[in-house]
Amino acid sequence: MKHLLPPEIESLWTLFTAPVVWAAHFVVCYAAVAIYCEKAAVWDVDFGNVRTALGIFTLLALAMIVLSAYLAWRQWGFGAGDPPHDGATDQDRKRFQGFATLLLSGLSFVAVVYVAIPLIFIAGCQQ
Amino acid sequence: MTTALGEFSPDERAAQEERLRKAWETPKGWRYWTSVNNSQIGLWYGVTAFGFMLFAGVLALLVRLQLAVPNNDLLTADFFNQAFTLHGTVMMFLFAVPIFEAIAIFLLPSMLGARELPFPRLSAFGFWSFLLGGVFVCGSIFFNSAPSTGWFMYPPLATSKEYSGIGADIWLLGLSFIEVASIAAAVEIIVGIMKCRAPGMRINMMPMFAWYLLIVAGMILFAFPPLIAGDILFEMERMFGWPFFDAERGGDPLLWQHLFWIFGHPEVYIIFLPAIALMAMIVPTFSQRPIVGYSWIVLAAVGTGFLSFGLWVHHMFTTGLPQISLAFFSAASEAVVIPTGVQIFVFIATMLAGRVIFSVPMLFGAGGLVVFVIGGLTGVMVALVPFDWQAHDTYFVVAHLHYVLIGGMLFPIIAGIYYYFPFFSGKKLSDAWGKAAFWLMFVGFNIAFFPMHFSGLRGMPRRVFTYPGDVGWDWFNLISTIGAFIFATGVLTVVVDIFRPKTKLNDLNPWRSGTLEWTNNPDESWGMRSVPIISSRYPLWDQPGLQRDIEAGRYYLPDAQSGRRETLVTSVLDAEPIQCLRVGGTSYVTIVAALALGGVFIALTFHWWITTIVCAVITLMAILYWLWTGTAEIPPTPEMDVGLGKSLPIYVSGPASVGWWAMFITMVGDGTAFASLMFGYFFYWTIHDDFTAGLNGPGVFWPSVAIALFIVSWGLMLAARHLNRGDKIAGARLALIFSLAASLGGSVAGLLGPYVYDMQPTTHVYPAIVWIIVIWAVVHAVVGCIMQLYCLARSFAGIMTARYDQDIVNVTLYWHFLTITAVVSFGVVGLFPLVR
Ligand code: HEM
Ligand SMILES: [Cu+2]
Repeated sequence: MKHLLPPEIESLWTLFTAPVVWAAHFVVCYAAVAIYCEKAAVWDVDFGNVRTALGIFTLLALAMIVLSAYLAWRQWGFGAGDPPHDGATDQDRKRFQGFATLLLSGLSFVAVVYVAIPLIFIAGCQQ
Repeated sequence: MTTALGEFSPDERAAQEERLRKAWETPKGWRYWTSVNNSQIGLWYGVTAFGFMLFAGVLALLVRLQLAVPNNDLLTADFFNQAFTLHGTVMMFLFAVPIFEAIAIFLLPSMLGARELPFPRLSAFGFWSFLLGGVFVCGSIFFNSAPSTGWFMYPPLATSKEYSGIGADIWLLGLSFIEVASIAAAVEIIVGIMKCRAPGMRINMMPMFAWYLLIVAGMILFAFPPLIAGDILFEMERMFGWPFFDAERGGDPLLWQHLFWIFGHPEVYIIFLPAIALMAMIVPTFSQRPIVGYSWIVLAAVGTGFLSFGLWVHHMFTTGLPQISLAFFSAASEAVVIPTGVQIFVFIATMLAGRVIFSVPMLFGAGGLVVFVIGGLTGVMVALVPFDWQAHDTYFVVAHLHYVLIGGMLFPIIAGIYYYFPFFSGKKLSDAWGKAAFWLMFVGFNIAFFPMHFSGLRGMPRRVFTYPGDVGWDWFNLISTIGAFIFATGVLTVVVDIFRPKTKLNDLNPWRSGTLEWTNNPDESWGMRSVPIISSRYPLWDQPGLQRDIEAGRYYLPDAQSGRRETLVTSVLDAEPIQCLRVGGTSYVTIVAALALGGVFIALTFHWWITTIVCAVITLMAILYWLWTGTAEIPPTPEMDVGLGKSLPIYVSGPASVGWWAMFITMVGDGTAFASLMFGYFFYWTIHDDFTAGLNGPGVFWPSVAIALFIVSWGLMLAARHLNRGDKIAGARLALIFSLAASLGGSVAGLLGPYVYDMQPTTHVYPAIVWIIVIWAVVHAVVGCIMQLYCLARSFAGIMTARYDQDIVNVTLYWHFLTITAVVSFGVVGLFPLVR
């Protein structure tokens, strides 16, 4: 499994992976439902299908976040050192990045779940 | 790091200091105002913003006086409308955001260990734009023509010429101008934080303030452009009758609400995060220990930054959107509480783990947090749809927003003023006055705003200029008014304390802070005497002798032999020195450019078309002159000795250069505005069964020709860069000319589509949105052509060569974005009507 994972990337941007996934998931859910609720009459699609599709998409998003979390965990050295990671070394800088990314993955995971909850409880546009 | 530090005799040091002083000299007499140094610009910016705050505060007191008793006739209804609209507008746009740009410009270089931010003239330009735009907007009320439809300017009220006069135009154009300044500041801040840190200041060592500001500047980049796009649509409707928000002709007022709040909600966090950033500097100092949970703060800042973009519809819960959509936004609104809570717990943990000194800054900080938490709790309440249906547009919301804004923003700012006063003046504000001010403000605030929860729950709507006496709102209102005046007394106390004569401290670091900015001597304009090597988050605590070594010039750039203003550029992650950057010095051109651009916006407000054009031409000339004389200068020697035995290049191009990043960041913002226009297009598609209303589209042919030509133009631009790099100058020039011709051709073809099919933008929203998208793309192409001509001129003048190719590299970067814009624009307007 390990060799399938991408090599470690030296960049600031990996920090934002999980939140970007959250944003993409949010936009897709919002846009899909907004368009559906306006066009439902014209298109003759059942809301159940939209829900299922978004449900699957949610799982995908969560999987992406878990992957990002795993990579972050690796960058953090699988927890080999404790924070604060404030040393003037490459290693501490990397571990800091890993840890912060891991935390962000956690938050993004929760936020994706939050946003998906309405899909469970609301069975139509209710306009 | 074991680099041997420099060693200079007292004579050498004196000579160095002489040269540095000369290079960084602040101009004297009236020329003082041409200064671009970050300490002056930051100070002016801050003082101006604070002045606007006091002005808006007076308006608020007028509003409160009018509401003190039922059936009051102190103010007319119309003046009342102007007063509360201007109050909200000024507080949000002319105080809350700019004051942080000011603080950032002022503090960041010193905190990061840089001499300057990378584009000092851009900061100056931003300041002058802000001043002019702000005076214009504020001044309108003295001519009884201030905006009067609320700080969020909802159509159809605000688009109606009958109900909202020129005030609406002043709002739209004055603020668009200021938004430009904000984006300029965002570019400056992002590039500064990423590239201008002291050597060794890796990203795990950046001061908390820098982390927050980096995120906030990024948010500005994605939040302001939708508003600018909205402003454009709005102004087109008011000026030329294009019906973007007019339901009768296919428009929809809700589109404005979307665009406004896509900006508006992130805006509240754009305001809140920098305030927390100040707290993150203050709390460790007075807890006498490093912050607990540095990574958690990064989590909170980044997390809030993202989540805040998923909340905007919670301002639109009562507009009849599908409830499932509302639920998404409600959920995200509850989720954002998590990172917000984390920040607060980090502070509490830091205080618990340290030994707290309860100084005035701490008092304001802690008091602010208490107030903010109450506002956060009401926020969670109004984020629940059913509750909001009751509370929306009542004084309950007024209470919520003032609790979060005053607790989350104003109190921390005052804390920051008390904390940083010695940093910029070498003097300290008074403890006694500060404590008095705090208690007046804290008590006054709660007396003023807590009763609003009740008047709101009793149904008192926002924005009524008076109310009857028998509905149970009168006592609450009277108490609020009394509280408001107590609060104002507190603010006044702060102002008096600032202006009271004080004695000079003989101590650069009176609070015993650990961060780098406290090494700076406020009497010298060079910032850092020498640029230190950093190995700790709190270098002044952990690196013994740092202050002495910096002052003795033992680190980088201890001298200014070139007579130029120089600062170090370092790499993003590990802050390794990569360039010695020469930044712009004192200049008029920024003032001229800002005044001329201001002229464009002001003339537009009054429909003085000729003046508009004249000012636009002056702006263009000024900017070209500025770029030509101030950027991409070929240095006399390619490398420079920066001290400690290191030589660094002076000229770099491509992603290593700050200019490339500035272009990239600007274009990301620009792309966001474009995306907002596209959102508008698809928005109209979703809400109508047939969004073309049976009218002509631009056809397929001309848009396709346009796409083809723009792609050709792009290819030629790449070729030009490549040839130039290979020193095939003639070929490069030729490719540039052909690329220019292709994009001009593409523009004409693009315009021909809607033109030959006779699309009339005033008849219906469909032709209007197609025209606006096409015009957007064409304007970008024309700007691109000017850039190409500029490159050609530089090439012929011999200041753009194979080795020194910043200009053409940056223009190519622009071309990537231009090509995407053109392909998407013409692709969508040409093809989408077919596939829908
Ligand atoms: C705990 C997080 C927060 C939540 C869940 C929240 C929620 C809300 C909601 C739902 C509204 C709309 C109420 C209505 O019009 O019916 C609102 C209004 C407002 N909030 Fe918040 N808020 C939060 C934090 C903040 C912060 C941190 C600020 C600023 C520093 C802020 C500033 C405002 C402003 C200015 C308005 C009023 C806009 C207007 O209608 O004029 N909020 N908030
Ligand atoms: Cu909001």
